[in-house]
Amino acid sequence: MKTILPLIIVFCCGFYMLATFFIPARFSQTSSQTLQNWYLGVMAFFVFIGIFNLIKINVDKIQRKLRDWQYSIILLTFLGVMLGAGFIGGRDSKVFLYLFENFQVPLGATMFSLLAFFVASASFRAFRAKTPEATLLLIAAVIVMIGRIPIGYLIWHKFPDLVEWIMQVPNTAAKRGILFGIDLGLISMALRVLLGIERSYMGGER
Amino acid sequence: MIVGQIELRVCDTPNDDGSSITVEWNAGPGYRIFEILRSTEPDGDFEKVYEAGAGETIFIDSDVKLGKNYFYKIVGRNDSFVTNSQVAGPVRPEVQYFNLARLPVLVCIIVLFAIIILYITRAKSGEKLFVRKIPALKAIEEAIGRATEMGKPVLYVPGIMDIDDPQTIASMSILSRVAEKTAEYGTSLYVPTSKSMAMTMAQQIVKESATRVGRPDWYNPDNIRYITDDQFAYVSAVDGIMLRERPATNFYLGTFYAESLILAETGHSTGAIQIAGTAMPDQLPFFVAACDFTLLGEELYAASAYLSQEPVQLGSLKGQDLGKLLFISVIVIGVLSQIFNWHFFINLFNIE
Repeated sequence: MKTILPLIIVFCCGFYMLATFFIPARFSQTSSQTLQNWYLGVMAFFVFIGIFNLIKINVDKIQRKLRDWQYSIILLTFLGVMLGAGFIGGRDSKVFLYLFENFQVPLGATMFSLLAFFVASASFRAFRAKTPEATLLLIAAVIVMIGRIPIGYLIWHKFPDLVEWIMQVPNTAAKRGILFGIDLGLISMALRVLLGIERSYMGGER
Repeated sequence: MIVGQIELRVCDTPNDDGSSITVEWNAGPGYRIFEILRSTEPDGDFEKVYEAGAGETIFIDSDVKLGKNYFYKIVGRNDSFVTNSQVAGPVRPEVQYFNLARLPVLVCIIVLFAIIILYITRAKSGEKLFVRKIPALKAIEEAIGRATEMGKPVLYVPGIMDIDDPQTIASMSILSRVAEKTAEYGTSLYVPTSKSMAMTMAQQIVKESATRVGRPDWYNPDNIRYITDDQFAYVSAVDGIMLRERPATNFYLGTFYAESLILAETGHSTGAIQIAGTAMPDQLPFFVAACDFTLLGEELYAASAYLSQEPVQLGSLKGQDLGKLLFISVIVIGVLSQIFNWHFFINLFNIE
């Protein structure tokens, strides 16, 4: 029963949601929206579970003086400060916004900016012309990079057009091929899940 | 100036829930505005429901009652003249119980479902099915074995989306197999999650997997932890785990966005063997460049079936492949239809 009941719920809800895609009548759209709202409700509850887990693990780390336990103090302090600022003054309070705009946003931007350096290092490895395919990739990449900057136009005025062709034709064709595969794989997996053939996501027996 | 007549057409909006009426008109040039008037009687008082600009030719009237008759007319205006259209109607909004425009989608789904079920049935009856090798999946056991030999942990990143995302569900299925192997070998497994619901699911999966291989004592719930919903804060935390714990094997399986390369390059710098997989086409090149093995799109969804080697699940993969062949044929016919102007075939797939 522990396995069968969730499978029945998955089967009924899954096929019902699929059916609502084809039924425009109001009862169908309303019930589909209701089911999605239930999910949002459950999700909101899970925020507390997440915060509880975060606090539990970091308090434990501090108590046991595990490696780098000092970072846990910083994390818990800022978690408390942000929660306090949010609960007391609300989301639009000056303190909350100050903390968000001057701590969280710059820190996120810093992590994001690392991407520029990682793109360079990954490209360096990816573009080594070891095989004919890698050589082709290298040539295409060089053309695209040159064609995207103003000097590319000065070298040869057709460079931007060539870049456009590479992006619109071979690149889009390859991308669409991958997308077709993804969509078919998704339908196949959805059917396995709906029919209860694929159960490993439930953790228990397969 | 010569101003043409206004042709007016009204109809119940097709494929809706009976909450609107479509008003379309065709008028010559010279009009500045069009007033759409509505009444419940052909010769009753018409009230203005919308004022359209010169370029507009369609209006969807959503302020109507189900099953009630309506009449429409249009008044075209310019600075110097006014033209009235004929009264059109009656038209009555009705509920549609099936969206006919989506019929091709339904047919495709039914065909695909039928093919997959056919292959599943064939697999059930004992027929041996060949499924091509997927190197990234073959490498999973090897990668976990490597971590075990080195005495280092395994890191599993299930993407940054919640469990309503199919990629996360696919990732959780693979996590189940990875957890079985790591539990069997007694290797530590870290699963930092970006969503608390995904954390709960992952904890349950890892716990059950450990129990299944007879190692319930191996399971440590603290290793499957919630980090944060914030994208880059999550990345910095996972990067921190990589640099502090130095896992020998990193798995990145699920939905990834800009963080994909930050994670994969950090993992590469620590010397870990990396297996990635995502159905995000824009992130695939980053994983291909920075990881040792990559599951490309559909392979992520096929992974669990492939790893299980259960005939029934493999049957669904064969069905999926046949579906792909079918779609390739449709694309080829579509290209020919476009070249030779076979509009019937092209219009079959118009779902608008």
